[in-house]
Amino acid sequence: MRSNLEPRAPWGLKLAALLCVLFLHVPLLLIFLYAFTTEEKSYQFPPPAYTTKWFAVVWERQDIWDAIWLSVKIASIATAVALVLGTLAAAALWKSRFIGKDYISLLFILPIALPGIITGIALRSAFNVADIPFSMWTIILGHATFCIVVVFNNALARFRRLSGSMIEASMDLGADGFQTFRYVVLPQIGSALLAGGMLAFALSFDEVIVTTFTAGTGVDAKTLPIWMLDELIRPRQRPVTNVVAIFVMCVTFIPILAAYYLTRDAEHTAGAGK
Amino acid sequence: MSDHVISDARGGLFRRISDWIFRRPNAFLILLFLPPLLWLGVVYIGSLLALLAHAFFSIDEFSGFIIYEPTLSTIAQLFNPANFDVILRTVLMAAAVTIAAAIIAYPFAYFAARYAKGKWKALFYILVMLPLWSSYLVKVYSWKLILAKEGIISWVAAKLHLTWLLDALLATPVLGGPSLSISYFGTFIVFVYIWLPFMILPTQAALERVPANLIEASSDLGGTPGQTFRHVIWPLALPGLIAGSIFTFSLTLGDYIVPQIVGSSAFYLGQAVYTLQGTAGNIPLAAAFTVVPILIMFVYLSIAKRMGAFNAL
Repeated sequence: MRSNLEPRAPWGLKLAALLCVLFLHVPLLLIFLYAFTTEEKSYQFPPPAYTTKWFAVVWERQDIWDAIWLSVKIASIATAVALVLGTLAAAALWKSRFIGKDYISLLFILPIALPGIITGIALRSAFNVADIPFSMWTIILGHATFCIVVVFNNALARFRRLSGSMIEASMDLGADGFQTFRYVVLPQIGSALLAGGMLAFALSFDEVIVTTFTAGTGVDAKTLPIWMLDELIRPRQRPVTNVVAIFVMCVTFIPILAAYYLTRDAEHTAGAGK
Repeated sequence: MSDHVISDARGGLFRRISDWIFRRPNAFLILLFLPPLLWLGVVYIGSLLALLAHAFFSIDEFSGFIIYEPTLSTIAQLFNPANFDVILRTVLMAAAVTIAAAIIAYPFAYFAARYAKGKWKALFYILVMLPLWSSYLVKVYSWKLILAKEGIISWVAAKLHLTWLLDALLATPVLGGPSLSISYFGTFIVFVYIWLPFMILPTQAALERVPANLIEASSDLGGTPGQTFRHVIWPLALPGLIAGSIFTFSLTLGDYIVPQIVGSSAFYLGQAVYTLQGTAGNIPLAAAFTVVPILIMFVYLSIAKRMGAFNAL
């Protein structure tokens, strides 16, 4: 039992934690402020005046819509691939013991443990050697490689909480392997998969480093992050970039919050008793 | 679900496949493993090895073609002063960013792990998750706004009559520059900001596993808060900090976007690789450069594994 005499946090600790929260969040809030500035040539603070016209400007820009649509397509397909492969890998690693298991788990986290630039350049030179033309599909291939890791981690964490006796019980009651998967395993890992899928989607939607290496040069190459990167290096209408940045934040926040609520109650998974 | 509590035994194909699988767990394991292993093992590791192999080839200075004969001359080029500077600069930056991130993350993680309860705990978690998962480019961009000469930092400094301090900082030899967004300080701050959540999460996870009664026992036995920290909390928190440092270190090593947008014109590893494979077309030297972070990370990961950091991930 925990004691009720939990000491109060010292004020120094509170202050340090508060400063850390501010450090993490003030920059993001500033993006919102700058989306309403009338100043488009510099980053003047405080903004001289405020306007909402940039939202209308963004709405009219076809290049932004094209970039958004391409990013959505890529993220959806990469997530679908990652969901299948990541779940298979987690299912295989859960409960199995064999020589070299540690190395296999290392292999699955490698695309995230190694800097993205290495994944990017390795894939690029492989595409060059194999004479594969750069297209939307080469970007998807790159994205799926690291999206697998996210799904794998989420699925494995849930598998570990899944009680093996439930599966044995299901088999004992006469269900075959497919039925057991459909009626016992899937309902329990479903929300973890959904969460993993959402995180993978957010990750792919936002990816820039691997994309720069696996994208060609045409219209097929300009995902939303690549569009933003161009704007950062050669700014044109600065507040337009801010409006797009707000949009990107909203698109990624929703799946993250949803993923959080889906995995929040994971400790209470049925059959996970100690 | 309720009408399937006891299902009828099925005949037919599914049952036979299922029985076959049940009797051969190893075959089943291989079936499960095959697709992801093919993807990661062939596509990913294959490309990686193909790239690394290039580090042992060289480039013809005149024609620009790659000479496919094993040589160590490309690797040796890494030790040219110009190239070695790039490596040293990147490693030092990664180390500085890791240390700073650990110092900032620890109090937050400690507070969230020990004192935040119930709803507050959930709030703290979301407060870390949101910046962690929000767009990388948006985060870099926000600092471009903040660090600009006409931006908020200069404004705050002017209001607090601290402009002299900012100017003194920017006048630092080597590290300074015309404005924060064109100096080493800028690059450093942005790196720390972007990777900080990666440090907080594993640290907090490690601290949450420190049993409260262990800390109480330490004080009951007469340990001062300082002694409790040094002998009880620190050793248990260390794997978490190391797990976090894997991310901060590795991510800084390979990043080429941040120094390109915020920072002096000095090159980092990522930028060197990017330019070499792109405009310069020198794939062998680019490959040799990528060997450096891979080697560093393998050494780092093996030390981390020995110190139990993987259990904190």
